[in-house]
Amino acid sequence: MHEALLVMKKDLRLEWRSKVGIGQVLPFSLLVVLLFAFALDPERGVLERVTSGLFWVVVLFSSVLTIERAFSVEANDGIFDALRLSGMAPAAIYAGKVAALTLQLLVVEAVLATAVAVFYDTTWRGPVLSIGVAVIATLGIAGAGAVYGAIAAKLRSGSTLLPLLLLPLLAPVLICATRGFEVALGREAGPGWPWAALLGIFSAVYLTLGALLFRPLLEDA
Amino acid sequence: MTVDNTIPTPTGSATPSGSAASAGGGAGGPMSTSSTATRVLGTISLVGIAALVLFGLVLSPPDAKLGETVRILYMHVPTVSTAYLAFVITAVASVMYLWKRTEFWDLLAASSAEIGVLFFALTILNGMLWGKITWGVFWRWEPRLTTTAVLMLTYIGYLAVRQIPNDTRTRGTVSAVIGIMAIINIPITHKAVDWWRGLHQERTIFGTVNPEMRGLQLFSAYLGLTVFMVLFAWLLIHRFRVAWLTERAADVGVDAAIAERRAERPSGAVTTPAEGGAS
Repeated sequence: MHEALLVMKKDLRLEWRSKVGIGQVLPFSLLVVLLFAFALDPERGVLERVTSGLFWVVVLFSSVLTIERAFSVEANDGIFDALRLSGMAPAAIYAGKVAALTLQLLVVEAVLATAVAVFYDTTWRGPVLSIGVAVIATLGIAGAGAVYGAIAAKLRSGSTLLPLLLLPLLAPVLICATRGFEVALGREAGPGWPWAALLGIFSAVYLTLGALLFRPLLEDA
Repeated sequence: MTVDNTIPTPTGSATPSGSAASAGGGAGGPMSTSSTATRVLGTISLVGIAALVLFGLVLSPPDAKLGETVRILYMHVPTVSTAYLAFVITAVASVMYLWKRTEFWDLLAASSAEIGVLFFALTILNGMLWGKITWGVFWRWEPRLTTTAVLMLTYIGYLAVRQIPNDTRTRGTVSAVIGIMAIINIPITHKAVDWWRGLHQERTIFGTVNPEMRGLQLFSAYLGLTVFMVLFAWLLIHRFRVAWLTERAADVGVDAAIAERRAERPSGAVTTPAEGGAS
């Protein structure tokens, strides 16, 4: 637990000093919000109807960038070996990585939610459901993303491969999170909790798998 | 099954070379991937496919509800079942690889995944043909087709990873992790896509229309399933042996290159004295 916190703090400090998230990922996600407005004419009312879907597509794209960044830093200077030498448990390193990624992505999501509210004229009606869905989905994205980020960092041309590997895996997250938000925004009747529950299962499964599989990835790949 | 295979560790890796050697034999390496077993499997597959064409397209009657389109099911159900079986084999072999670390499991996982993707592609293709006849369009966001498409992309990623040149241990570990992650995702994707489409349920290939098969129809359905399982086994053995021989060829390639360099030195010293002087 202590080790996981150390890794998380290290990642967040690196991030804070390099400002890649604030300087590149956030502007990129805002850019996509604008591009969607150009592609789907705002006058036709399409944007309001598809807001939650667009929101999560942007989150997925931004997460690919964030994840790629979080692991290429490690691979470049041989820090994977340094982490192994430090004697920390691979599961703890994994947990630290996931925590740092989750926090970064939640910041991106918070900014995006504000941007979407302003540009697409969205009113966030169900704050509890929205935040719940966002946190659980982000844990799942970070949980699966940390494993695939480590894989991509180990492979040549891994950075171009990461979206192909990660995005199909995250298809259920996109479906559930979008639907959960539809309910939270009041566009769709019915309970939102089944979507949150399925997201919870996804996240729990991937966090468990990741904690188990991070050791062979760190040590043998 | 696991117990038999795993207690004598070397047999796991020795079996394929043994069978490959018996296929072609000799120190020069086998020139073919067939053996008596694969010839038998191959013959059964080809005869079975001919029989399936006969029963599925000619002898069995059209369905009361589905009409002639029921005939696509004789192929659709087998291709999709075989693909899922292939991915289960990939996942089991991936787990075994992380545990045993033998080339056998790594190559088995890879071979099975490749055939799985092929059968998934066939499933999507014949699903689309069914859609064109039934719905009038090739593609509708029907849950099963959608799930299949997403899962196929997942496994295309797996195959893409395997194509990247890398040392065998890295490649094996990385692809084993992906093989395990991918199969766990199958039920979750199923559930998510089902719920996603749940609000506007349409005529699905298996779902709302459940053809009551009797007599020759039922026979054709089971025949299709059996034939495709045998076909899968046949292809898998061949694909595995090709993968095995590819690895051997790569080893031989390195050895040959080293031998060539060694042979080069004395003759090089004789023909080009400048090189000898430089060293």
